[in-house]
Amino acid sequence: MKVILRYPKRQELELPGARRVRDILKELNINPESVLVIRGDSLVTGDTLVEENDVIEIRPVMSGGQADALH
Amino acid sequence: MRCIKCRKPAAVEVRRHHSAFCPEHFVEFFDNQVRRAIHEEKMFAYDDRILVAVSGGKDSLALWDVLLRFGYQATGLHINLGIPGYSDLSQEKTEAFARERGAELIIVDLEADYGVTVEDFKRGSERTPCSACGLSKRYIFNKVALEQGFDVVATGHNLDDEAATLLGNLIHWQEGYLIRQGPVLPASHPNLVKKVKPLFRLAEREIAAYAVLRGIDYILDECPNAVGARSLLYKEALNLIEQHSPGAKQSLYLGFLQKGRKLIAAAEEKPQLVECERCGMPTTSEVCSFCRLMERVKIRLRRTRPEPVGQPASD
Repeated sequence: MKVILRYPKRQELELPGARRVRDILKELNINPESVLVIRGDSLVTGDTLVEENDVIEIRPVMSGGQADALH
Repeated sequence: MRCIKCRKPAAVEVRRHHSAFCPEHFVEFFDNQVRRAIHEEKMFAYDDRILVAVSGGKDSLALWDVLLRFGYQATGLHINLGIPGYSDLSQEKTEAFARERGAELIIVDLEADYGVTVEDFKRGSERTPCSACGLSKRYIFNKVALEQGFDVVATGHNLDDEAATLLGNLIHWQEGYLIRQGPVLPASHPNLVKKVKPLFRLAEREIAAYAVLRGIDYILDECPNAVGARSLLYKEALNLIEQHSPGAKQSLYLGFLQKGRKLIAAAEEKPQLVECERCGMPTTSEVCSFCRLMERVKIRLRRTRPEPVGQPASD
């Protein structure tokens, strides 16, 4: 599946297989509290299975700057 | 995951409420949290004129959207801060939002109206641009509200903002800020307009979800001046706790409002507010922070910028 990230800069990753959203976030070391995950026009929850051909966007929701700490 | 209200597929999980919602019931949840904030904190009524500070970001546009839907008299105020590659796009998004909804929008251009931009704050002042930027925005929100007869200023501050600010104020034991922090700042002087934060009960992720579900086109990029901002460090730290202990942020902040604030209030003296010698706005010193900032920035700019031929330096 294709994963679109925005932080620290816009980038696109290819991940193999079908995975649950929560597992993708865990693998990418992203805190679910700090993002929305969007597939097409819809928001998806942590238990959603993302298929091989899906494209998802992991959108950061925190405003107020770009931290370079805690990474 | 299924919506707890209707069992349709859930779009948004709200762990701190042990809930998940479909799009329709999430908006209902969102609306209820905003209504509760407005009514419990007595923020404003339907006959009040509300000035909504709108940046083009998700929080302020979500706030304006929900207030307009509820039928409040909500006029937007957008300040163009003159940040290259950011401010003009922010203004465009705000204007598009207002046009789509037929909402009234006031624009203040920092450069046109005050002769400076946030970029000048970086060159002309000891303060970081964020501090000077925040000071200027608050000053201008208040001034416009006062001059145009608004009853209240509303900002899009959310639970994450408030909890992070509280954490920072506790780490540094800023008693003066701690005693004043809250979702309502009353008009404690004739030249101060009441300020409210109707989204204070909602987490930042929930507001983002609302914005996406409502199809609000907000600016996604962060301000280029805010790299490494302390507030974001605090937010990340709190989200780390929240991830493992859902409800921690609301417990921290709402608990502070209910129990913590009065402990500090008992010990603190109220500062005396006088009127600024230059502009008449409330201040604890002779000249207010905003006028002092403007004077410092403009003096240094006059030293560094070449003067146009035939024209004297202007204040």
